[in-house]
Amino acid sequence: MGSEQIIFYFLSFWLIASSLAMIFSRNAAKAVLFLVLSFFSVASVWILLEAEFLAITLILVYVGAVMVLFLFVIKMLNIDKSTLRAKFAGYLPLGLIVALIIIAEMTLVLGNAQFGLDVMPAPARHGADYSNITELALQLYTTYVYPFELAAVLLLIAIIAAITLVHKKEINRKQQSISEQVNVRAKDRVRIVSITSSSKENK
Amino acid sequence: MVSLSDYLILSSVIFCIGLVGIFVNRTNIITLLMCVELILAAVNTNFIAFSHFLGNEAGQIFVFFILTVAAAEVAIGLAILTLLFRVRGSIDVDVTNSLKG
Repeated sequence: MGSEQIIFYFLSFWLIASSLAMIFSRNAAKAVLFLVLSFFSVASVWILLEAEFLAITLILVYVGAVMVLFLFVIKMLNIDKSTLRAKFAGYLPLGLIVALIIIAEMTLVLGNAQFGLDVMPAPARHGADYSNITELALQLYTTYVYPFELAAVLLLIAIIAAITLVHKKEINRKQQSISEQVNVRAKDRVRIVSITSSSKENK
Repeated sequence: MVSLSDYLILSSVIFCIGLVGIFVNRTNIITLLMCVELILAAVNTNFIAFSHFLGNEAGQIFVFFILTVAAAEVAIGLAILTLLFRVRGSIDVDVTNSLKG
């Protein structure tokens, strides 16, 4: 058993263990932390597959931003103490049966006879001068430049949608009303009062 | 050497763990979102494994876009969750049955 296999099985063990701990943990904050561990393991598996840029992206974007967002929401809503798992046992057997059937079918289809090393040999490792980011960028900015811009627009839409959903209308916020400003007449603003000037002998 | 089928079976196991998580945690929307993230990670592992073994970077480009869409999905999902908590005072799925679906 080579060192690559040892690393792979080590990462797989922690990936599966932390994923199981994530779905069975009763505390939502602990579940987020287990999910962080499984994302780290997934990123390490991706580095084993020579996808370094995506592995770093997964850690920076997912663990650094998305998981912290989850933790923020859990702490803000204060639901980590609530017991939301009353119907735990009812659906567990059905879920386990479905999952075991899926795993059995996948193992039959994806076994060593179809995707083993003799059918699909492992490619040679790239040298030290190989840059994964350069290869990805060459593809991303030539062939896939239009989807890349669409992804940017999608993120912009997501920002606007998230802000619009959560934004509260404030009561005492000062803002312009353009139509009132345009339609104003002089008599609304200026009031002419006739005041009789007091004479000197009244003083 | 680790074969392609090892990676594929690992990602299918992770996919099924996410699926069981959806079955088990179906009252807690936050855990449901996290299980969806786990399923997406499994799918991305599939893409990257095929990209590595076929020597084609298109799979990694696809994973890049999946990550973008998933980040947008999480942002909007958590915004809806916050709104739901503000309106209902709970994020239990069984409480949010106004549509009687």
